[in-house]
Amino acid sequence: MATSFKDKLPPMGVLGPFIALLLACLFFATQTDRFLSGQNFSLILQQVMVVGVIAIGQTLIILTAGIDLSCGMVMALGSIVMTKFAADLGLPTPVAIACGIAVTTLFGLINGLLVTRLKLPPFIVTLGTLNIAFAITQLYSQSQTVTDLPDAMTWLGTTFGLGNTNVAYGAVLMLLLYFLAWFALRETQAGRHVYAVGNNPEATRLTGIPTQKVLLSVYVIAGVFYGIASLLSVSRTGVGDPNAGQTENLDAITAVVLGGTSLFGGRGVIIGTLVGALIVGVFRNGLTLMGVSSVYQVLVTGVLVILAVAADQMSRKSAR
Amino acid sequence: MPAQRTAFHFAATAVVAAAALCAASAANAAEPVIGLITKTDTNPFFVKMKEGATEAAKAKGAKLIAGAGKADGDNAGQVTAMENMIAAGAKTILITPSDAKAIVPAIKKARDRGVMVIALDSPADPADATDALFATNNYTAGVLIGQYAKAALGNKPAKIVTLDLFPGHPVGAQRHNGFMKGFGLNAPDAKSNELGSDAAIVCQADSFGDQAKGQTAMENCLQKVPDVNVVYTINEPAAAGAFNALKKAGKDKGVIIVSVDGGCQGIRDVKAGKIAATSQQYPLKMAAMGVDAAIEYATSGKKASGYVDTGVTLITDKPISGIESKDVKAGTDLCWGKK
Repeated sequence: MATSFKDKLPPMGVLGPFIALLLACLFFATQTDRFLSGQNFSLILQQVMVVGVIAIGQTLIILTAGIDLSCGMVMALGSIVMTKFAADLGLPTPVAIACGIAVTTLFGLINGLLVTRLKLPPFIVTLGTLNIAFAITQLYSQSQTVTDLPDAMTWLGTTFGLGNTNVAYGAVLMLLLYFLAWFALRETQAGRHVYAVGNNPEATRLTGIPTQKVLLSVYVIAGVFYGIASLLSVSRTGVGDPNAGQTENLDAITAVVLGGTSLFGGRGVIIGTLVGALIVGVFRNGLTLMGVSSVYQVLVTGVLVILAVAADQMSRKSAR
Repeated sequence: MPAQRTAFHFAATAVVAAAALCAASAANAAEPVIGLITKTDTNPFFVKMKEGATEAAKAKGAKLIAGAGKADGDNAGQVTAMENMIAAGAKTILITPSDAKAIVPAIKKARDRGVMVIALDSPADPADATDALFATNNYTAGVLIGQYAKAALGNKPAKIVTLDLFPGHPVGAQRHNGFMKGFGLNAPDAKSNELGSDAAIVCQADSFGDQAKGQTAMENCLQKVPDVNVVYTINEPAAAGAFNALKKAGKDKGVIIVSVDGGCQGIRDVKAGKIAATSQQYPLKMAAMGVDAAIEYATSGKKASGYVDTGVTLITDKPISGIESKDVKAGTDLCWGKK
């Protein structure tokens, strides 16, 4: 393989988000005595799990120098499909969940086919599918929240005791998925192919790697992650909400960028994305505990995004 | 050849235009056209409003055209809808302004052309930019649930969480401040767009009127104040999120959640005991009154004016003596959304 491990690790890009997260935690720990506790940390994990899992799929796509604007709306469609199939059609919960994930995966497939077969830019393709997914969500749900779900559907939102902390099963699932993605990207051939395609698609194609197949798989796998996020969203709120997913696409992209993954493709680490999602969650939680409007979190996020992209540019320059 | 073709085109265009004009004037002669512009066409509140207006117009022999912005806050979409409706011959426009200030120039343009513009649900800013306003008094809605929460809490020291809309929104401020007033706290008056604060309010957070965000906000407030006993919420989705957070923390008993709206899902949550009481508002009534005013203007040329309060009712299944309220059954009869 052409890429050595060093190329994948822009030092600023990886260390930056960790330092930012640590500084934020230190700051809030000094401001409010309720911040530093296992319970509060578990809470932040719960609050970022939906965006966190969407962001795994988004990271894979951004690593290939693509972008997916449809992820939030596709997640909302998946949650409406699984809740309506269970509550209205009375399908067994596992079947209903599988149908929801199948729909989000289908959207991933459509995105992937349009990008690879028709060679359309991902930005435009997913702008189109964002609108299609939103419209189907509204039409199918008649803009009504879906309620009265079976308990099995919201099980991931329930908690188990760990010492004196209650941890949500969904948060554990998110951490597991991050570990899985980290392992696959780092240790498997397929993972290295994703980096290669993002780094230099032409050179990759010439080495005999099926670049189009790699690209298509990335969009399909992202669709699977959106479906899991649909389930997490349902388990967290206990309903199928047609108005969900409106801000999740930019939130997920924000997490990826904050985590040091380059929008030019080929560089970044998946754990950075988790850190990026946590930074947003920590600010939202900490500012509320301090009694400060969460709008400041939006302001801080904006500044950090620009810093992250600037750091990425600097490290690209120094790599030349 | 080209000259001939041009002539043909011109003739064809003329025929089509004439036909369109005839059709338009026939429509004008037969039925007045009313435009209804809502914030979105997906929120059940506005869906109900549209249904109400369409039925009322049909019953009175008028034609209703409906339009909306793409999302809450989409002013440009509302301006476009207004222009198209005036082009379609609407003599009255009913609008729920997404952006109270930004819509004013477009409203002025319409009124200069002799179109009557009535705001529904929330005012333009300044309020006299429209001919009239038919809306819920949001401050009163807040006062009702504030009084109820105070009476339900009794003599216990209040620890209140408020889950608001987002900073600077007049409706958010009016409900919040009305709640404070009703609760007996030192509150800003109905004209203020600033959220009031008081020592009894131990945590204020933005919910954006959204269930997931409301839940997140409530979880964080619970971290700050585990022994909260009253939760004010801007609307029922935020209340559902608050209840979820309390339930997960094992604190859903003994916390009084109050809200505003009276949608069918919200009334169901009152019935289920998740929400203690909610102030119900009446989008159907706003729409029907708007249509009546439009018919009046079309037939007699008399315009509506001023502010008409479309009323608000406290809905609860745990009535408290001395506080006027109706039960869930009455609330269900008048709710909007899927019954």
